Amino acid sequence: MNNRLLKFASIGKKVTMGLAGLFLILFLLVHLGINLTLIRNDEGEWFRAASGFMGSNYLVKVFEIVLGAALLLHMILGVILWFENRMSRPVRYFRTNRSDTSFLSKYMFHTGVVIAVFLVIHFINFYFVKLGIVDPPPGVDTHDFYTMARLLFTNPVYSAIYIVALILMGFHLNHSFQSAFQTLGLNHNRYYTLIKRMALVYAVVVAAGFILIPVFYLIKY
Amino acid sequence: MDLTLKIWRQKNATDRGGILTYKVTGVSPDSSFFEMLDMLNQQLIEGNQEPVAFDHDCREGICGTCSLFINGRPHGPKRGITTCQLHMRSFSNGDTIYIEPWRARAFPVIKDLIVDRGAFDKIIQAGGYVSVNTGGIPDANAIPVPKFNAERSMDAAACIGCGACVASCANASAMLFVSAKIAQFDYLPQGKVETTRRVQAMVQAMDALGFGNCSNMYACEAECPKEISIANIALMNRNFLKAKVCAEKEG
Repeated sequence: MNNRLLKFASIGKKVTMGLAGLFLILFLLVHLGINLTLIRNDEGEWFRAASGFMGSNYLVKVFEIVLGAALLLHMILGVILWFENRMSRPVRYFRTNRSDTSFLSKYMFHTGVVIAVFLVIHFINFYFVKLGIVDPPPGVDTHDFYTMARLLFTNPVYSAIYIVALILMGFHLNHSFQSAFQTLGLNHNRYYTLIKRMALVYAVVVAAGFILIPVFYLIKY
Repeated sequence: MDLTLKIWRQKNATDRGGILTYKVTGVSPDSSFFEMLDMLNQQLIEGNQEPVAFDHDCREGICGTCSLFINGRPHGPKRGITTCQLHMRSFSNGDTIYIEPWRARAFPVIKDLIVDRGAFDKIIQAGGYVSVNTGGIPDANAIPVPKFNAERSMDAAACIGCGACVASCANASAMLFVSAKIAQFDYLPQGKVETTRRVQAMVQAMDALGFGNCSNMYACEAECPKEISIANIALMNRNFLKAKVCAEKEG
């Protein structure tokens, strides 16, 4: 426990995690924007253009590193905080705690793990192909992300996993959005209701937006 | 009312402890929860058994001594009250009631249902005070304090330090308590001047004592007998950040 990171104050860890989370929240909007071009009836013209830009622009490459760092930091701090929190109550209650809490907030770690597992699948399907670590599906060009996405979304099993993962991510986002502001100290009677509403709208828009795509492909093909 | 009680019994700090079952009969719905426990203890004493040890003092909800985790909730099923303000009319005839001590690494069990909440005192000692002697009562309006600030300070100062926030928190975090003790001073000019030093010292003490980290689940706010707001935690967080980022180094 003499590690410097572990000695970092509780609020320091939470704030860092919150800031990294907010960066990921912003990134998801960009990601959603690009993905939604998949439901344009243009045989992937816009999507290819967007993914081509994201894959070649230098500024985006810098952000890719920042994004990766934010993701890692968010996950590492999440695990450290989870362990610390577990250790702070060595003897558990006989009768389970029935205190009033928001249901979702209790499962942030669990939904976080689901998202992490989904990210591994997601990286194998797309990001690692781009990096050349994983071969693209047979007959598909390494840079043809439109065909790769279309192949996956027309597969009902993959789409089902995708939809479940995205619903759980929506739950994670709903709590994390307002939680990040609370941690940063931006919560009092002027913001409270507004932030809670924004969190719900954001979570629903992002989750529903991403889910729309496999639903669209399953119906169309 | 006839009740089955499942109570945590533990001889001392090193004993492993366990849940024991007791029966009490003829409890009046008008009696308080503690009067019911007093009845049980009378039974135990008459049967030559060790009575159940539990903390209580004022029995009117202002001292913060009582601390029972009843059926999975600190201070029982009702909102905004302490265990001593809980009455048996909140239960039904034939109920089984689980009674446990607060559970947290920083609150070790001393005996049965009594835990050592000295950790809270240590947090207060780290900075929960105004360090100049303020003398006698000052002139009413010598230091102008806006009504809003006075109200907010009083709301935070309502914290009786019972530890229900820690008990209810899934992470055994003390942030609601610590933030209330910071906020009560931060809203007033006499206390504000020391916020920078206070918030850092108290958070450091809180972390060192082994309390968990807040996950913004807000069980503390729901279970607090004085209904302390989690807005205080946000106030503590921003003051802590301000102190770390903006404040000059002293000494």
